[in-house]
Amino acid sequence: MEFYEGACELKLLQTLEGHTDRVWSLAWNPATGTAETPLVFASCSGDKTVRIWEQNPSPSSSSSSHSSWNCKAVLEDTHTRTVRSCSWSPSGKSLAVASFDATTSIWENVGGDFECVSTLEGHENEVKSVSWNASGTLLATCGRDKSVWIWEVQPGNEYECVSVLQGHSQDVKMVLWHPTLDVLFSCSYDNTVKVWADDDDDWQCVQTLGEPNNGHSSTVWALSFNKTGDKMVTCSDDLTLKIWEMDSTSMQSADGYAPWRHLCTITGYHDRTIFSVHWSSEGIIASGAADDAIRFFVEDKDGLVDGPSYKLLLKEEKAHGMDINSVQWSPGEKQLLASASDDGTVKIWELASLCTGNGY
Amino acid sequence: MVSELINANPIVYEKKERRARSVPTAVEEYAVEPIDQQEVFDILSLQLFWYGLCTFKNPEHPYSLEELKEITEDAIEVDDQQSYVRVLCFRITFTPTVEHCSMATIIGVCLRVKLLRSLPSRYKVDIRVVPGSHASESAVNKQLNDKERVAAALENPNLVDMVDECLAPSYD
Repeated sequence: MEFYEGACELKLLQTLEGHTDRVWSLAWNPATGTAETPLVFASCSGDKTVRIWEQNPSPSSSSSSHSSWNCKAVLEDTHTRTVRSCSWSPSGKSLAVASFDATTSIWENVGGDFECVSTLEGHENEVKSVSWNASGTLLATCGRDKSVWIWEVQPGNEYECVSVLQGHSQDVKMVLWHPTLDVLFSCSYDNTVKVWADDDDDWQCVQTLGEPNNGHSSTVWALSFNKTGDKMVTCSDDLTLKIWEMDSTSMQSADGYAPWRHLCTITGYHDRTIFSVHWSSEGIIASGAADDAIRFFVEDKDGLVDGPSYKLLLKEEKAHGMDINSVQWSPGEKQLLASASDDGTVKIWELASLCTGNGY
Repeated sequence: MVSELINANPIVYEKKERRARSVPTAVEEYAVEPIDQQEVFDILSLQLFWYGLCTFKNPEHPYSLEELKEITEDAIEVDDQQSYVRVLCFRITFTPTVEHCSMATIIGVCLRVKLLRSLPSRYKVDIRVVPGSHASESAVNKQLNDKERVAAALENPNLVDMVDECLAPSYD
């Protein structure tokens, strides 16, 4: 995989309007984007709704740039406050929705209509993020009450809280399960990332990535894993991205947990808070920030003298008219990027073909 | 809630004389008018019920922020080209009066809401307390500029009422 500076361009495919307030976050359905199933994603907003968008395949054209997107459903009248984030189960059958109204709702597509099949209550106030583990058997939520909750999926749409994790000293911005292991990551306003693992049916914090170990110096807003799950990228209000690596040499340790270590810091590119980061399966890191720009980074293979480094591949200035809150790569063969903004829109982008000639 | 005033006898400063705004010579009705420091200052020259925030039913000291030297024109940095506004709030040295919310953060939220309602959406607004003016300066700055916390706060009806009352026209 080779990338050359200036060899890529970002093409805007469509701007999706419909939300009447800022769009906080979006999530691609992981089970879509195949030959039979068109791409689907959900977006959620300060307007208290979730919108489900589906790609409209256009048989007349082979290029994805000619397909358009339609809003297939609006999930409303369930949450009474901002819907902050959403997450599809690995099977793509269930959508978990986290709201500032202190609840998390679970939705299923029943005969073409989305129905709320369960509501998870327990957080004291705003729920900010929700994530399914790789097998779809566990759900994690976090929020302003500084806690992280782990829920076990039971038959009949029942969700049992199996653990309430206290450890962060401030509100928890995001939770994300490792892509293959049952290890949970949470990032917080307290500037740290915490790693949680199950030790004999007892969930506990096994590592804290903070300033003393080259961590962030302000709020950590989001994190994302690379395809193989041995690297992680975090983004922060300190205007940096940080790359972390799983130390597999210590895999033999008694508890079987491999600690993470700081690999490098991507600094000097962002002018305002970085709210979102997402690592594509092709190895491209996209970031969305409060300076309205989307940036793309790739590993710099020439810079190995001082250890691994990452270089800016492309910067899209004024990608939105206001802050960018979320950037997410689609599943499927040809990855598209969706971005969500305070300007109330979601934009669908394609990192254009200039790259694709090089085995991308 | 504390019923007596936090600062019953605030030091009140005279308002600064307004300089006359330059009147454009040619009338360009549709020209985009850049926003300057004075305009932002005027937007923020609101009469906050400064010392009455906790006893809202009976606000006794409707002084403007300027009269209380909380904010001066010099503390406002505006860059129209880059579309940002930075506001420094002075002398915010109050103890927390509302749960989870210090006086400084309420003032800060009021300033932010006022600017959000008055400026074009492309503007980036940063609000900070003046260095050395607040015991927990960095904590206050961090909270004031965390847009998720601000968004959540502005969904709290009690806080919105308070902000609206702060931003309401004065009884002049």
